[in-house]
Amino acid sequence: MEAVTNTIQTFDIASLRSEFPVLNVQVNNKPLVYLDNAATAQKPKAVIESLEEYYRNYNANIHRGIHSLAEKATAAYEATRTQVQHFLNAGSREEIIFTRGTTESVNLVAAAWGKQFLNEGDEVIISTMEHHSNIVPWQIICEEKKAILKVIPISDEGELDMDAYHQLLSPKTKMVAVTHISNSLGTINPVKEITAAAHKAGAVVLIDGAQSTPHMTINVQDLDCDFFAFSAHKVYGPTGAGVLYGKKALLEAMPPYQGGGEMIGGVTFEKTTYNELPYKFEAGTPNIADVIAFGATLSFLKSVDLKLIREHEKALLQYATEQIQSVGDIRLIGTAKQKAGVVSFLIEGAHPQDVGVLLDQQGIAVRTGHHCTQPLMDRFGIPGTVRASFAMYNTFEEVDRLVAGLQKAKKMLI
Amino acid sequence: MSVSKTIEEVEQEIVEDFSLFDTWEEKYEYIIDMGKKLQPLDDVHKKEENIIKGCQSTVWLVADYRDGKIHFSADSDAVIVKGLISMLIRVLSGHTPAEILDAKIEFINTIGMMQHLAQTRSNGLLSMIKQMKNYALAYQAVSS
Repeated sequence: MEAVTNTIQTFDIASLRSEFPVLNVQVNNKPLVYLDNAATAQKPKAVIESLEEYYRNYNANIHRGIHSLAEKATAAYEATRTQVQHFLNAGSREEIIFTRGTTESVNLVAAAWGKQFLNEGDEVIISTMEHHSNIVPWQIICEEKKAILKVIPISDEGELDMDAYHQLLSPKTKMVAVTHISNSLGTINPVKEITAAAHKAGAVVLIDGAQSTPHMTINVQDLDCDFFAFSAHKVYGPTGAGVLYGKKALLEAMPPYQGGGEMIGGVTFEKTTYNELPYKFEAGTPNIADVIAFGATLSFLKSVDLKLIREHEKALLQYATEQIQSVGDIRLIGTAKQKAGVVSFLIEGAHPQDVGVLLDQQGIAVRTGHHCTQPLMDRFGIPGTVRASFAMYNTFEEVDRLVAGLQKAKKMLI
Repeated sequence: MSVSKTIEEVEQEIVEDFSLFDTWEEKYEYIIDMGKKLQPLDDVHKKEENIIKGCQSTVWLVADYRDGKIHFSADSDAVIVKGLISMLIRVLSGHTPAEILDAKIEFINTIGMMQHLAQTRSNGLLSMIKQMKNYALAYQAVSS
C-alpha cells in the first residue's frame, strides 16, 4: 500500500504535462485529448528549444569542418550517438547509425545485408503483425534474390504462434525480422526467445523497436538481437531522425547502403574506399538538427522517473481497456497477456472512420484505419480499428473523456 | 429526384437546412441520418470497377445516362461518408453533363464539411466528385 501512495505522491502528472506545450491546445473548441501516440508522440519543451538553439546559434555542417561552429555541431551530433548507445545499452558507439527513422533503418538492413548475405532459396521470417515497413523491404529484397518470405501466424488474441515459429526455422532461415510491440495490437512479443531460437538456426535477427522504445527499457546486448531499429519521433523526439543499431561485425561485413559524402574513405574514378563505422552508412549531410534535438530528448528521458512513468502507463492501459469495454458492443482487437501502449477496438456496427470523425469533433485524437498493417487486419477480417494509444503524459481523466466521446459516437451512429 | 431545380438551387436548400443547426451534433446527426436513408446500392454494382478506394473507407459510384441526363447512385461502408455522398447525389443527379461539369459544389465548404474533402486519402470523397465529373465528361463526348 505504501508503494502505491508513494507513487501518487511523487508522480506529478500536471508538472510533467507542462513540459509538453501542445497539450494545451484546443481542438474544435475543446481541450485536446491526444491519444495518437503510437503514430507520433508530442515533444517536450527541451526538444523544441534544442532545435531552435541549434539553428540560431551553431548551424554548421558536421565532421569535415575545421571552424568552431562546425566543431560545436559535430560534438553535439556525436554526443547524441553516445546517448543512444546508452539508451540501447549497445556495446559501442560504432554500432549506432543515424537514419531518417525505423522505415529507413529496416530498408538499410534489407538492402545492404540482403545484398551481401541473402541468396536464392534462403528464407526470411516475419510475422503477421508487422507494420508495412517491416514487410515491404523484405518483399523487395526477397524478390530480387529469389528468397522466400515466411510469416509467423498469430492467435485470435493477437499473440505470435511460437510453436509455428519454431517450425518455420530451418537451416534455410537467414533472417528473422519481427516487431517488439505491435503498433496495431499492443502485443509485446518475446523477442529474446525469438532471437535465441533464430541464432540456434543460424539466422540473424532484426527487431522493429518503433513501439517498444517509448514504453520499455531496451538492452540490445541482453536481447542479443543483431539489428534494432527505432524512430526518434515516437520517443518524444523530433521527426526525421531514427536509429539503426547493428552488431559491429555484421555492419562491417555489409556493403554501404547509399553512396555520397561522409561515407567515403577516399575517392578516385577507379576505386572508392569506404569510411569506417558508423559513417559508412551515413551518406550525405545527415539530419543534424533533429539528431541533436534527439539528444535533448534522451536527456529529458533521463530527467524523469521512468520507473514511475512505466507504472503509470501500465495502470492507464488497464483502466482504458476496462473503461472502453464499459461502453458496450465493443470488440477489442488484441487481447494478448503482455501488452503496452495501445487499445485497438471496434464498436460493433460502426465503421472505425465514423467513430474517429465524431471523436475528433469532441477534441479527441485517435487513429482509425488499418494502421499500416493490412495483412493483420485481413487476419481479423476487419477493415481497420479505432486505436487509442498512450504516452507518459496521458491521464485517467483523458480516458474518461474518450469513454464519454465513444458513448456519444455510439449513440449517434448506431 | 429534384430534376426541376438547378444545381445551385439544391445546394442552397442544403445550406439552408444546415443553417438551422447550432451544434456539431445536429449537423452530424443530419448527415448520418441521410447516410442511413440513402438507397443501398445493389450488390451487383459493388464491383471493382465501381470502387473509389479511400485508405479507410470505400465508395462505390454508378452512373446511368438517360434522356440526356446522368443519374448517380452510390454507397459507402462508412455512414458519414455515405451522408455526404447522399448530398452530392441530391445536388448532381438528374442533370445534364454540361450542368454537372459547370457545378462548383460550394455547399460542402459553406456547411463546414470541407475537412472531409481534405481527407481524400482516407475517405475518397474528393475522388468521388472527380469521378462524377469524369462521367459527365464522358457522356458529353458520347452525346455530341
